[in-house]
Amino acid sequence: MNIINLLIKYKHYYLVGVKITLLLSFLSLIFGTTLGSLLSLLKLSKYKIPKALSTVYIEVVRGTPMMVQIALVYFGSYVMIGMDISGFAAALIAVSLNSAAYVAEIIRSGIQSIDKGQMEASRSLGISERQTMRYIILPQAVKNILPALGNEFVTLIKETSVASTIGVADLMYASKIVQSNSFQPFNPLIIVAGIYFLFTFTLSQLIGVFERSLSHND
Amino acid sequence: MIRIENLNKYFGDKHILKDINLEIKDGEVIGLIGPSGSGKSTLIRCMNFLEIPTSGNVYIDEKDLSTLGNEIDKVRQQIGMVFQHFHLFPHKTVLENITLAPVLTGKLAKTQAEEKALELLKTMDLLDKKDVYPNSLSGGQKQRIAIARSLAMDPKIMLFDEVTSALDPEMVGEVLNVMKGLASTGMTMIVVTHEMAFAKQVADRVIFMSDGEIVESNTAVELFENPQNIRTKEFLSKVLEY
Ligand SMILES: Nc1ncnc2c1ncn2[C@@H]1O[C@H](COP(=O)(O)OP(=O)(O)O)[C@@H](O)[C@H]1O
Ligand SMILES: [Mg+2]
Repeated sequence: MNIINLLIKYKHYYLVGVKITLLLSFLSLIFGTTLGSLLSLLKLSKYKIPKALSTVYIEVVRGTPMMVQIALVYFGSYVMIGMDISGFAAALIAVSLNSAAYVAEIIRSGIQSIDKGQMEASRSLGISERQTMRYIILPQAVKNILPALGNEFVTLIKETSVASTIGVADLMYASKIVQSNSFQPFNPLIIVAGIYFLFTFTLSQLIGVFERSLSHND
Repeated sequence: MIRIENLNKYFGDKHILKDINLEIKDGEVIGLIGPSGSGKSTLIRCMNFLEIPTSGNVYIDEKDLSTLGNEIDKVRQQIGMVFQHFHLFPHKTVLENITLAPVLTGKLAKTQAEEKALELLKTMDLLDKKDVYPNSLSGGQKQRIAIARSLAMDPKIMLFDEVTSALDPEMVGEVLNVMKGLASTGMTMIVVTHEMAFAKQVADRVIFMSDGEIVESNTAVELFENPQNIRTKEFLSKVLEY
């Protein structure tokens, strides 16, 4: 009962929180996936310098906590570009940059998991490298990549909660406010956990449907 | 014509092919034999530049492959290659496996490519498999499809790398028969094989490799019945024992 009362009483905070969390997740997913795809191409390229740069980037990002990265972007923006950026912008940049590293690794390992013989058979027929990628390697790699990418999206939604540490009014932030306003430490957390779960569960179900529809195609 | 001059190949600091010189005329059928690890695969993979030589030259019809850059695709379109483990495209049907290269390279329009594929499937006696995916085929069927996939490009040269080694014994014959038929059409063929009887029967010339070198090269009958080099003799006595 208490939980429902809390929800109704503080619905304004929760609604804003939901909106911010979803917006942050969605935008980071778009930017992160785009940047991650580019990074994976660099990492797979035969040119040494782009390859080394993307490797370093991926390793550093995966080897440091998201909470540190978000603070670095937020507090570092003044040092780097001479102006403050909003908490939301900092969170969006940090989560996108972070997610890009994971997405890059997922795509790279998906592509590299395809038997070398596929590339060789195609090239031996005189098909160009580009067309081999497009028609032989990627269609097979996608089947390995999608499930892992789905997991990454679920993780990303949860990770956005770190944005609350720099004052972004996301779901996690809403629960902190409700905790202090209602003097209840526990129930607001239950609510927010429930909402996060609702999002991630819905997303994984959608991904499952999508994967099944893909595997029907062959 | 294939001409190989002073070809050397290193993997790291391992010297795998040692100063290979070789000329193969149009229409010749070459059996390439030798112990495992002697460099047979590496040598034929240098013939279509799947493996890039460390030094030396490979000429196909007087074209030096090392100078071609992206034009290598054009040369590869004339050299078919069949692998031990088939490497069919698992996400494509049998028909699509065969039509893909002619269509993507612009050699044939889709309908022409399909006509050609159906013809090839008919000669392979696999017409009824045209719409299935490779994973439902037996090894022998897969290998015949792989041969058809190469032939769809109308190659002048065909490279075979131990194409029956991964097959159950009862399927070896059906693949060798296809190759025998191909040899009789005048196709230039380089066949890496452990099937000595096949080499003896079909090859115009047999080349024995050992330890990265061409040790002996002769007509099939001469090489099998009158080997000159001690290493050839030892190898043949081992493989012909059974
Ligand atoms: N990509 C590679 N990297 C390193 N060593 C290789 C590679 N390919 C082949 N080799 C080595 O080269 C030697 C010859 O191999 P290969 O040409 O496959 O011999 P064969 O086909 O006669 O059995 C072997 O010792 C093998 O281990
Ligand atoms: Mg071999």
